[in-house]
Amino acid sequence: MKYVDEFRDGTLAAGLARAIAREADRGRDYAFMEFCGGHTHAISRYGVSDLLPANVRMIHGPGCPVCVLPIGRVDMAIRLALARPEVILCTYGDCLRVPASDGLSLLKAKARGADVRMVYSAADALALAAREPAREVVFFAIGFETTTPPTALVLREAAARGLANFSVICNHVLTPPAITAILDSPAAGELGTLHLDGFIGPAHVSTLIGSRPYEAFAARYRKPVVIAGFEPLDVMQAIRMLVRQVNTGRAEVENEFTRAVVRDGNPKAQAIVSEVLELRDEFEWRGLGVLARSALRIRPAFAPWDAEAKFGLDYRPVPDHRACECGAILRGVKKPADCKLFGTVCTPETPMGSCMVSSEGACAAHYNYGRFRDLPAVAADKPVTQAQESA
Amino acid sequence: MNTVKPAYVRPLDLSKGHVDLGFGAGGRAMAQLISELFMRAFANDFLARGDDGAVLPAPAAGERLVMATDAHVVSPLSYPGGDIGSLSVHGTVNDLAVMGARPLYLAASFILEEGYALAELARIVDSMAAAARAAGVAVVTGDTKVVEQGKGDGVFITTTGVGALPAGRDPGGARARSGDVVLLSGRIGDHGMAIMAQRESLAFDSEIVSDSAPIHGLVEALYAAVPAEAIRVLRDPTRGGLATTLNEIATQSGVGMELDEVAIPVSPQVHAACELLGLDPLYVANEGKLVVLCAPEHAGAALAALRAHPLGAEAARIGCATADPQHFVQLRTALGGRRMVDWIAGEQLPRIC
Amino acid sequence: MCLAIPARIVELLDGDQCRVELGGVRKEISLALVDGAAVGDYVIVHVGYALTKLDAEEAAQTLALIAEAGIAPEAGR
Repeated sequence: MKYVDEFRDGTLAAGLARAIAREADRGRDYAFMEFCGGHTHAISRYGVSDLLPANVRMIHGPGCPVCVLPIGRVDMAIRLALARPEVILCTYGDCLRVPASDGLSLLKAKARGADVRMVYSAADALALAAREPAREVVFFAIGFETTTPPTALVLREAAARGLANFSVICNHVLTPPAITAILDSPAAGELGTLHLDGFIGPAHVSTLIGSRPYEAFAARYRKPVVIAGFEPLDVMQAIRMLVRQVNTGRAEVENEFTRAVVRDGNPKAQAIVSEVLELRDEFEWRGLGVLARSALRIRPAFAPWDAEAKFGLDYRPVPDHRACECGAILRGVKKPADCKLFGTVCTPETPMGSCMVSSEGACAAHYNYGRFRDLPAVAADKPVTQAQESA
Repeated sequence: MNTVKPAYVRPLDLSKGHVDLGFGAGGRAMAQLISELFMRAFANDFLARGDDGAVLPAPAAGERLVMATDAHVVSPLSYPGGDIGSLSVHGTVNDLAVMGARPLYLAASFILEEGYALAELARIVDSMAAAARAAGVAVVTGDTKVVEQGKGDGVFITTTGVGALPAGRDPGGARARSGDVVLLSGRIGDHGMAIMAQRESLAFDSEIVSDSAPIHGLVEALYAAVPAEAIRVLRDPTRGGLATTLNEIATQSGVGMELDEVAIPVSPQVHAACELLGLDPLYVANEGKLVVLCAPEHAGAALAALRAHPLGAEAARIGCATADPQHFVQLRTALGGRRMVDWIAGEQLPRIC
Repeated sequence: MCLAIPARIVELLDGDQCRVELGGVRKEISLALVDGAAVGDYVIVHVGYALTKLDAEEAAQTLALIAEAGIAPEAGR
């Protein structure tokens, strides 16, 4: 696949690994946070950490929309789907197994008779509403800035077509406020327990918002930001660029993903979003608490398509398990293995907190791909046997 | 029935008729379904006797019997490369084959949904019969039931198979040892992605075709090429994919595994479709692949034997078993890093993140 | 957090739709968020929508930068 395979090449990766090892100052440690869950997934799934020198460490950030989605929002959707048989609750696959209250999830609600259906695209939910005029189609919309424009588009189209049986539960969240929350946290500030030298900025969020919004962080908090493409070589190149910035005392926004990101992002998509959605005063983020002006809701002009208004849905916050360390993990202060629940009570099958809920959450990624590193190395250092030569 | 003129017995309308509850009731309607549809398609002496069971010949001296069973509930019933009929033959034939047995006889039990079109059923039964003939097995006995509309999915098929296991062959999930080589007969992910492409909302266009096939020929080729004791484990990676099968073996045998991502064959289209939907080919279902854990000194000959067979042309050595007390299956990634290939919680679902 | 993949536009369809191709697999997606996309262009696809066009020249430059990293700057280091 063009523009994908080239950015996963093992030979180029080895070259980048050597370059990073050369350029990293052996006398100090470097800690970079990759904000985006997709980057967390790529790093874990390809084993990028194995190609970094020991003094360059990656901290996994909170950019996972499923992870930061509060249980109460999922409860809202489940209650609606169970209470009203005419509702078809459409959701992306990622949300289906998120455990909510009372031992339920959207998938388990389906087993109890709720009509819950997985869609690949918001457009599919809209098309379903057109095909089933006697049913109420409700689309459970999640995602950061990347996934928001499609939701705005289908709302606009539903309004234009007067499709009365379609509505959206809007859970869209924003990246800059989450970065601010990390940088403003006590750990990052007065406690000084968070050693954070820079950020790898999200790939696809940045195609929408551009590189400009990160300039404020670089300036105000004196932390470099390098926007990286989605593939492992992109991430490694971005790490190299961050190491260079740290070495030369710079704190700038750089763009590694120049093939898809420009400073102003995608103005057309931004305009569509502002037409249909507006800022909420505040929104609860699982693991991060209530953040001001960090999420979007549907504008009053589109109220007939706002499921929260249409069905009078109420939000009831649900606290996480007391021993759950997700808050600290999301802010980069602790690692998954530091949490008492990790791997015992809390596993991908029985997630206790946000970091385990989605496969790109820090705990899930570590559990699924990397927990072998926590245990005494057995064959981990042996090269994989001559699979290449005698086959 | 012999007092009624032949012209008064109307044959089933296989082109426009539908299943009704009478077909499962045990009366004339069911007898007609059996004779005009099943017996016509499967055509063998066992069925022709029209008895409640089939008398099978004893196995040859020194051979043991192996039995396996599989229920098939696949949806959609038909997909590129096969249907529930051919799948029901391949599934059970393959279960027998990975026991080291020669598949011989199948029993087939059908649960039909009221209202299901007889034309569709005939297509499936014909497909099943063709698959059975190609695999060299006979469907010797069966059963039919009908459930009310809404309580089935068109048709469910359960097949139970009997095979003969020659003396000396004893492959088993617990027999792998550290150092054994892991061989894979070909590309993974074709079946699961062929099915996924048919799902409303996920639909994409491709030439991906299910790999559904009987693999006992591959197994015989192996046993002809290497000593039986060298073949420690045989498995066909179906639901849950290659990753699940390897984790099962690792747990059963008390070993770890190390795999080489670059060595695992995946077709470009399956790779692309997985990327599009956020799926990992390692967890996607297959229905015509063989995994072998083989003693290292015979791995070369085993691999050559697989490659010489039409179904094993892309067979590859993908890794080895290790002495790991955690029984982890690890992978050296295409990038040169390392990660685990863990058990998966439930079914792998497409993702947006 | 956003799984998106580059794909090539092979056909423009009615109403902002198009067909893209990726590794031999084809899918119908929306171009409603992107202006001026033509057959042959590569776009980044996320949940059935093109987010932006991919700049081939920039892609080549990025790869060149990455490749150059593998060449040691001076001997004896």
